[in-house]
Amino acid sequence: MTKPEDYRSGDPIAWCPGCGNFGILNAWKKALSQLDLKPEQILMVSGIGQAAKLPHYLRCNTFNGLHGRALPAATGAKIANHELVVIAEGGDGDGYAEGGNHFIHAMRRNVDLSYFVHNNQIYGLTKGQASPTSDICMVTGTTPEGNPFSPERPLALAVASNCSFVARGYVGEMDLLKDLMVEAIKNESFSLLEILQPCVSFNKSNTYDWYKDRVYKLEAGSYDPFSQTAAFQKALEWGDRIPIGVLYRSHRKAYEEFAGLKGTEPLFRRVRKTEDLKGLADEFF
Amino acid sequence: MCDVTIRIGGEAGQGMKVISGLLGKTFLRSGLYVFSHQDAMSRIRGGHNFSQIRLSGSPVRGPSSQVDILICLDRMTLDLYKDEIQGVIIYDREHVGQGAPDGEKYLPIPLEKIAEEKGRDARMANSVASGAAVAVLGLSLDPLLGLLDETFAPKGEKVVKANKECALAGYMSAGENYRGNKLCPDISGKNGPKRMLISGSEAMALGALASNIRFYSGYPMSPATSIMEYLAAKSKAYGLIVEQAEDEISAINMAIGASFSGARTMVSTSGGGLALMVEGISLVGMTETPLVIVDCQRPAPATGLPTRTEQGDLLFVAHCAHGEFPRAIFAPSTADEAFYLINKAFDLAEKFQIPVFILGDQHLNDSSWTEEAFDLTKTRRERQGLVSEKDLQALSPYTYKRYALTESGVSPRILPGTPGQVLYADSDEHTEEGHITESAEVRRGMVDKRLKKIPGLLKEIAPPRIYPDAAAAWYTVSWGSSFGAVEEAVRLLREKGMNLGYIHFSEVYPLGPEAIPRKISEKADLIAVENNATGQFARLLRMETGLWIDRKVLKFDGRPFSAQELVSQIKKQIGG
Repeated sequence: MTKPEDYRSGDPIAWCPGCGNFGILNAWKKALSQLDLKPEQILMVSGIGQAAKLPHYLRCNTFNGLHGRALPAATGAKIANHELVVIAEGGDGDGYAEGGNHFIHAMRRNVDLSYFVHNNQIYGLTKGQASPTSDICMVTGTTPEGNPFSPERPLALAVASNCSFVARGYVGEMDLLKDLMVEAIKNESFSLLEILQPCVSFNKSNTYDWYKDRVYKLEAGSYDPFSQTAAFQKALEWGDRIPIGVLYRSHRKAYEEFAGLKGTEPLFRRVRKTEDLKGLADEFF
Repeated sequence: MCDVTIRIGGEAGQGMKVISGLLGKTFLRSGLYVFSHQDAMSRIRGGHNFSQIRLSGSPVRGPSSQVDILICLDRMTLDLYKDEIQGVIIYDREHVGQGAPDGEKYLPIPLEKIAEEKGRDARMANSVASGAAVAVLGLSLDPLLGLLDETFAPKGEKVVKANKECALAGYMSAGENYRGNKLCPDISGKNGPKRMLISGSEAMALGALASNIRFYSGYPMSPATSIMEYLAAKSKAYGLIVEQAEDEISAINMAIGASFSGARTMVSTSGGGLALMVEGISLVGMTETPLVIVDCQRPAPATGLPTRTEQGDLLFVAHCAHGEFPRAIFAPSTADEAFYLINKAFDLAEKFQIPVFILGDQHLNDSSWTEEAFDLTKTRRERQGLVSEKDLQALSPYTYKRYALTESGVSPRILPGTPGQVLYADSDEHTEEGHITESAEVRRGMVDKRLKKIPGLLKEIAPPRIYPDAAAAWYTVSWGSSFGAVEEAVRLLREKGMNLGYIHFSEVYPLGPEAIPRKISEKADLIAVENNATGQFARLLRMETGLWIDRKVLKFDGRPFSAQELVSQIKKQIGG
């Protein structure tokens, strides 16, 4: 069995004191040790933002790429080596704004990836501008008169896209968050886990206190995540009450199965010999 | 030696490409050299398009502007070219009605009537016209009949038989009515070595397969789509994944991810798609992930002329992406070079962990070229730039440094999944371990490390083709797909006694300080020949070497050079 400490990296952490990301990092280490994965079996792909720094603070393979482009890079990396456990990680700006198109198509493509989005409803790294999930009327550096837009509802988008696993966690509920991470990684299709996380420096509205009064857990006995209609309602619920837990599940055949990759030699290890190419050019003579 | 050009014109959708494919292979199998290209409007049906095939007893690598046989599948083709073309004009009187032109150069053949009679399908007019062209050339009909067998076999015996009857009827009709000299009588029945007729795109795709490509991601864009479709068609049999991305940004990031995992990877697109990929190219530069990027150029800016040709992206590709990092650019001159240079691109991308660009264009990619069989034993597939097994054993657990500072600037890679080690790759400036840093010292070290690869890279770049070696008073300076026209024009002018040579670049970047040998640049006068409006290679050459070429022959109307027009343009420059 691996232990949470086995995933500690030597890189000094550059987050603000009190940042919700610390809780997420702790949940990560617990989830990975529960899954008993060796560091080299894991690949974390991230974009740019405070959330996207997280892989540096874990001992695991890391590709910290471009803002908004974690999902395409993760997709290519997983297809080339489907033996890796691949997780894409980033924030709401990274994933829902800059990477919005990739998010939609990653759900359609359904590669066996887990996508963890830290949603703090604000841009942290660039010091406090509106994000696609900022609440209406929120005053930020780029919306001094108040944010005029209704926030995006990414989980509703995911349910509509028939994403095979849609969940929401909250850093204030550590055990549930760890369990959701484990479930997302175990799911053999594309999984979305949104993690609600207060930004203590730039979001003075959606604070720990604000969340404490609103989040509630979806209970396994009374809520059926396989109903798309029920899930859609839950995914749109925001404001006075905010559901956390597994909102939606569906049985979908993963990309790896369609592409015939499952159970075969990973692409990166395959070698084409000269004799394999014989006859390839015959049609041109 | 015959040197004949056939133009087949009609509306989009009438099958000009089918005929040119059939005839091209017929001539190839008759022992001739063939070059064929398409002149197509950007539409699916209607408009006016033509395919043009040039056949010769000696190698041809470019189009001729002198058309010897015009095949008109519609009236517009006849109207457009009947006055300018001196050769034989094959047309269908039915298309014209009253007042059909008559005279020595006209060869009316009831293409559609024969097709309806013999095949009960007007589309078989293509086979009738092909048979007629074979008769005018004086070639044997057998290779064409053999090809019809192969081509239509999947559609059943009836279709094969009908097409063959149509070809025979066209052949007979032309034979009876054509009174001129046979245009290619000396070749018929001669069996040369077996050669290929292959497009630049097909050659690039074959080169990628021969380089052990395992992942390709792209977004459809003319003229690059044919590479993607060819690879997709072969993906199951050859064990690779071809993924159609939601946009070019996704395509290049997927490719970078796959390359990071260790699969050999390529993307191809045209200028507009490459513009979207640019940030990803910078990521390749920073993360030092090997990648082959094909830009099939077409006239721009913006959407430009989507189905036509230009060499307008060279300076863009030489400089695209923010920041300073090494890259290489190859611009194949022929399909043969496209095959081998793609392979070299895969090899160097991995060896130096850099982006390597292939600059094609619509002319190279869509034209069909006669080439000797590719020699697979000359292609390389060995892994480059990985940590050796021995060095890996010597590493303590989890201490691998992805960006270790080395003499050559190349840090040997491990791939994710390597037991007992992990790697961190980062788009931020990073430490040797791959973690984010702001240190001025580390920054200097890392910039130096990346740029240190350039001297090693320069050693791998082949010099230009120079002909003749060092005696001419004038040299053209060209690059990429214009080679065929340049080579032929120089030959024609030398035959007229002009003391002219060519310097042609296929490996265009990086350029050494003496990219053009001093013994030539100091004595001879140079003329840049480029398929663009500003002489981009000449400008790159000045930037990298200080050499200035002020005489230029430039063409930027979306069409490729022909040897004849180059002859007159070069003469103007020289004042001859």
